[in-house]
Amino acid sequence: MTFRKYLVLAGVALFASIGDSLLSRGMKELGGVSLSHPQNLILAVLNPWVILGIIFLLGFFASYTTALSWADLTYVVPATSIGFVFIALIAKFLLHEQVTLLRWAGIVLITVGVSLVAGGPELTHVHRKEGCLPEQDLASAGSER
Amino acid sequence: MRHAYTWGGIFVIVLATVTGDVLLARAMKQVGDVGELRRRSNLFAVVVRVLRNPWFLLSIVAMSLAFFSLLFGLSWGDVSLVAPASASLTFVGNAAAAKLFLHERVDRRRWIAAALVACGVAFLAG
Repeated sequence: MTFRKYLVLAGVALFASIGDSLLSRGMKELGGVSLSHPQNLILAVLNPWVILGIIFLLGFFASYTTALSWADLTYVVPATSIGFVFIALIAKFLLHEQVTLLRWAGIVLITVGVSLVAGGPELTHVHRKEGCLPEQDLASAGSER
Repeated sequence: MRHAYTWGGIFVIVLATVTGDVLLARAMKQVGDVGELRRRSNLFAVVVRVLRNPWFLLSIVAMSLAFFSLLFGLSWGDVSLVAPASASLTFVGNAAAAKLFLHERVDRRRWIAAALVACGVAFLAG
């Protein structure tokens, strides 16, 4: 794992958490969409907060696609869930929301889970030789193509 | 009704997200390491290579469905419920789907990590 790859994973986490928060803000302005008027969902993409959210989610999609090109799905998804911790910290220190004991417990669990998977190999199923580092493995797999 | 809409939305989000994730992961494994490819050709060629992959296009369909069900869910429920609830269910669904369809070696370390993250996310919602 190079520094650049950790940067891509951080991008996935940041873009996703900020994008979701922006979408939420926009959809709260619009109110509940009833199933009998599904066209309101299409109209929702005209809301400025939703547009900003979509821009962030496009950034998420680009970094997510990049990460999946060199890492397992079961590596990328837990490793980038550190974004939920970012949201909770932003809520606590920037928005001055009350973060309960249960939420801190959740943050600790997520952090332990993320460090567990992020410390392991990122790719498990590409013609892997035993005792071979993933970086070298990818380099040799690349030259075969 | 509000609860039914919120949880119905979460269910569709999870199903569509897991499908989209598995399809995208399969597509990108076929495409190959994007960083590696960019070193050998230009960005445009890499983008074309990604866009021409049929699994990638199918994953876009699944992810669009996930996006609109997310908008639907967020219009009824709080982001602090909808985002973590759908995410924690997606972790477990992804781990199972990656093992089944992508033949990723989901070892004990990854199962424990997925379970810890799922529990942690559920705590955040509480």
